[in-house]
Amino acid sequence: MRLLNLFKIAFKAIVLNKVRTLLTMLGIIIGVAAVIAMLAIGEGSKESIRSTISSMGSNMITVRPGEDTHGGVRQEASAMQSLTLKDYNAVKNKSTLLSYSTPLVNGGGQVINGSNNWPSTIFGVNPEYLNIKVVGLQSGSMFTDAEVQSASKVVLLGQTVVDNIFPDGEDPIGKLIRFNSIPFKVIGVLEEKGENTFGQDQDDVVIAPFTTVQKRILAIDYLNQILASAISEEDAPDAVTEVTEILRAQHKLADGEDDDFHVRSMEELISTFSSTSEMLTILLVAVAGISLLIGGIGIMNIMYVSVKERTKEIGLRMAVGGKGSDILMQFLIEAILISITGGLLGVILGLGSTIFIEKFLHWPTSVALYSIIISFAVCAITGIFFGWYPARKAAALDPITALRYE
Amino acid sequence: MNKEIIKIKDLKREFTMGNEIVHALRGISFTINEGEFVTIMGSSGSGKSTLLNILGCLDQPTSGTYEIDSVKVKDLSRNELATIRNEKIGFIFQSYNLLARTSALENVELPLLYNSKVSTDERKQRAIKALEMVGLADRMDHTPSQLSGGQQQRVAIARSLVNNPVMILADEATGNLDTRTSYEIMSLFQELNEKGITITFVTHEPDIATFSSRTVVLKDGNIIKDYMNSDIQSAATELALLPVEDH
Repeated sequence: MRLLNLFKIAFKAIVLNKVRTLLTMLGIIIGVAAVIAMLAIGEGSKESIRSTISSMGSNMITVRPGEDTHGGVRQEASAMQSLTLKDYNAVKNKSTLLSYSTPLVNGGGQVINGSNNWPSTIFGVNPEYLNIKVVGLQSGSMFTDAEVQSASKVVLLGQTVVDNIFPDGEDPIGKLIRFNSIPFKVIGVLEEKGENTFGQDQDDVVIAPFTTVQKRILAIDYLNQILASAISEEDAPDAVTEVTEILRAQHKLADGEDDDFHVRSMEELISTFSSTSEMLTILLVAVAGISLLIGGIGIMNIMYVSVKERTKEIGLRMAVGGKGSDILMQFLIEAILISITGGLLGVILGLGSTIFIEKFLHWPTSVALYSIIISFAVCAITGIFFGWYPARKAAALDPITALRYE
Repeated sequence: MNKEIIKIKDLKREFTMGNEIVHALRGISFTINEGEFVTIMGSSGSGKSTLLNILGCLDQPTSGTYEIDSVKVKDLSRNELATIRNEKIGFIFQSYNLLARTSALENVELPLLYNSKVSTDERKQRAIKALEMVGLADRMDHTPSQLSGGQQQRVAIARSLVNNPVMILADEATGNLDTRTSYEIMSLFQELNEKGITITFVTHEPDIATFSSRTVVLKDGNIIKDYMNSDIQSAATELALLPVEDH
């Protein structure tokens, strides 16, 4: 018996029971759509985290002071004074894998221009900061090394700060503003970066030479952080090791002693966040997979009913010459057709809902081709797996009993 | 003429029911020649259904030999039996057994679907020809629910003819029909028989036997009578004699 004929027979049986077939497919449709949409959401959020972190400078390495105890009381990391300019100079001079580096001090305060004021954070850095953070200038220019040396009172503003203290749209370049009580001359405006994934406004910043911030605003002699960037993303892990060794030597830490600072690369941050969202993806896919399984059981159920209901038909087909294998194939093809059609509709629904989520919920999504292929393959396998038992039952019927079945 | 279509010898069929052995057929022998119209009669429990199943290659005898069109049926596998049914036998059932919601034409095509030697075009041509033979040329697209009982049985007869079988095997083919319609069907059988088609008709209605050329009577698994009918009635004539129904 030719396969084409069997396909025709199976197709006819499906067409004759449109509503029932559609209801049977529903489980598969929802299952596949769920797998695709869930994976799209998972992949989307992973990608968005990665791109956010990359935009912050994927080669970036951060050194923070470590926790310490003062008389048994644990101190907040930012209160630590273990990182100094000497450490920075050591890192800068001894490291071989860093392209840029800057000391960083920061403090909060009020930015004031005439009657307008705005609370913001001032970052004291050197000119290399822009290269590390991968930020450009919208207008004006960066301060120079000489201005750092002389602790000049010059600042660059982020767009949020500009919007709030220059509400009339004046050009801030060359204007005199105050940070707390100290007057500064605005020499540049930073390029707009928007919010990052964690909801921080990256434009709500004021940048000044670190010497100025250290001495004139914070009156401290230590650093809050050292920022650096590795020559390339691949070098970042080695650079972390290198910086750690330099600082351990600098702080004269004995072999068994813990670091009193933290060196982190963005790679680590990425993998931390990725693993979280990966967990979530696995969970979502597991839920979706279960609905696919239930869909498969639905197919088995309907096929079983279908075999029972068509016992007499099976008997007739056998009487006029249908072999057991013909009957088996007929029902198997029917099950596979149902599951594959369901899979196809599921893919369409999954892609549709992904577009919907992207458009109306503004969640980042990214449809992975493999999710379509896998869920489609699972569908076909489901059809075979759950169609097999009822089909075999049909094929094993005794034609005499089947013909007399009422 | 006189080619032996069916040849059975000392055919026995036993069923085991619990501890008891039921002898459905106790060693029967007969031959059916090409062109014969044989009715197999017997009350229920006489073994005629068992014989029908064996003749139809749906069942195997416990012992004895059965040859159809010179093919020994004993010891054939399930699949080989299916092929024999497909190529050599045309089945007609009491309850027609047509596929619901399927056109008459497609119903008639069914046996040929299981014969890979027949192309799609040929299948259709042969089905149309078979439907024309039973006088349903104008009903090909009708589904069973749109046809009367008699018409449904005609579709079933067309289905049994479509594979050019060596024998048509009818199982109480008029059992579900009223007298008038069953005479119509018998008249069709007689027409087909005149064209040379061998027919074996299993029934328990004595008047059906009067339309056949030969009658085999079974009782308790044995043949008690096997006689040629010297006075074959014409179903068409009988039909004309029936009182006209008032509607």
